[in-house]
Amino acid sequence: MAAISREEVAHLARLSRLAVTEQELDRFAGQLDVILQSVARIGDVAAEDIPPTSHSVPLTNIYRDDVVQPSLTQEQALSGAPDSAEGRFRVPRILDEEE
Amino acid sequence: MTAAQIAGLISSGEASAVEVATAHLARIDAVDERVHAFLHVDREGALEAARKVDEQRSKGEALGPLAGVPVAVKDVIATKGVPTTAASKILEGWKPPYDATIVERLRGAGTVMLGKTNMDEFAMGSSTEYSAYGATNNPWDLGRIPGGSGGGSAASLAAYEAPLAIGTDTGGSIRQPGAVTGTVGAKPTYGGTSRYGLIAFSSSLDTPGPCARTVEDAALLHSVIAGHDVRDSTSIPQAVPDVVAAARLGATGDLTGVKLGIVKEFAGEGAEPGVMAAFRESVEALVKLGAEVVEVSCPHFEFALPAYYLIAPSEASSNLARFDGVRYGLRVGDDGNRSLEEVMSLTREAGFGPEVKRRIILGTYALSSGYYDAYYGQAQKVRTLITRDFTTAFEQVDVLISPTTPFVAFPFGSRTSDPYQMYLADLYTIPTNLYGGPAISVPCGLSEGLPVGFQVMAPTMADDRMYRVAAALESAVGTFTPPELSLESAA
Repeated sequence: MAAISREEVAHLARLSRLAVTEQELDRFAGQLDVILQSVARIGDVAAEDIPPTSHSVPLTNIYRDDVVQPSLTQEQALSGAPDSAEGRFRVPRILDEEE
Repeated sequence: MTAAQIAGLISSGEASAVEVATAHLARIDAVDERVHAFLHVDREGALEAARKVDEQRSKGEALGPLAGVPVAVKDVIATKGVPTTAASKILEGWKPPYDATIVERLRGAGTVMLGKTNMDEFAMGSSTEYSAYGATNNPWDLGRIPGGSGGGSAASLAAYEAPLAIGTDTGGSIRQPGAVTGTVGAKPTYGGTSRYGLIAFSSSLDTPGPCARTVEDAALLHSVIAGHDVRDSTSIPQAVPDVVAAARLGATGDLTGVKLGIVKEFAGEGAEPGVMAAFRESVEALVKLGAEVVEVSCPHFEFALPAYYLIAPSEASSNLARFDGVRYGLRVGDDGNRSLEEVMSLTREAGFGPEVKRRIILGTYALSSGYYDAYYGQAQKVRTLITRDFTTAFEQVDVLISPTTPFVAFPFGSRTSDPYQMYLADLYTIPTNLYGGPAISVPCGLSEGLPVGFQVMAPTMADDRMYRVAAALESAVGTFTPPELSLESAA
């Protein structure tokens, strides 16, 4: 049985903000199915009592003194933006017309 | 000539840094059209940096051990004012307003950055065939892959375009290209080198590290870029072991008292006979140097590949959400009629290549409600088991050894249709990424006229151990140079 359907791939692409083409959907569904079937065998390896490891280094919050330090200027921060206006990132409209 | 030799010539005044940089830029001009190791050559920046070193020397100022030595930097690492694209169309032309910490350290040490090297898009791949700007060709055979994702960095060394290069290793992307190009590639301990300024692929695995033509050169570069960085919360606040001294000790060819562990589960699984033959001969060479060889069992290593291919895409799907056409890079479909969401989707569709899209979708799937426990959660538990395997093994031996890759460089296109076949290229390298320890690939022989890599894995923060063993092997088997004709005849 397929681990992942074409419709599921289309749904995941929407969640991922990827406007995939019909051809890509066909290709990815097949390839992801092979990958998922290959990785599925990890399901039986680790028992309930095995704690998960998210990181090989113990993570701790790191704080610095609350002192003003040099940072990027507004101009530098905007330098790579596809569009900007009045010192800000300009984005396409967020609301639909009826909203 | 090695980086250490070049540095010696510059510090003694027998060559100027400008002469060295000019010679390497000329080599790039002569061969890079065929190798395509570089995505961007920073000619002006390189000569300017070289001039500064020459000025320092003429004033009698002390020079660092790699001052004036050229270095190529993988394009996933931010370089101030120099294009940085991660080999993706979505970042075409982007010039970061800041340097990555390791780039700052390279500049501070007086190395001369030649430019940015080609790679699989966002470091996702094992062959550099997934670069949006065209593949890099292996200098040993231009019809074969240079490994991935750091194929450009490794190829620039093998083609003598650069004596040193920087790579990043998430699942083997420094070591595997090193193996298939006959060069040395080291993945430091995770957290031993700063990730600040890396374009993140899989944050819990990405590790920048050195690429070189000799073990000593790799150690010299390692010592320049490693060390604690307050700007990276995963950076380890501990002194870096003296890897240069370890490499020099290893080069004396004495491994008396060193215990090497061969992982039973890696006994030839899927490996080409020529690769295994070169590995076995290398083990014999190490035994002659006084090392003892013990077989150890790491029963969960066989699950490393599937765990990695759930963890890495999951982290990638989150990390790559920032490429939305708002703050940098490409924007597609902004015609005034489409919503932000539509513009984001069209931008990401146009900007990402197939492997990146595949992994984003796979990662989104593995993290989604209903599948999280079965896939991502389970993969993180497997990571625990693999770490325990390493810990147990290192109670018995000093380092673990294996081939770096199961096969030599394969022809272009031979594995792109089946992603899982491509993923097998990282079979032997991935366990250390999940564990976090250091590992190095050093050339150990040829199979069918192509280089074979030998991998040495060490406990976390024991990077010096792997350099010692790698240097000892290098002293026994020598270094490997591609036939110059492979470049000249293709002209």
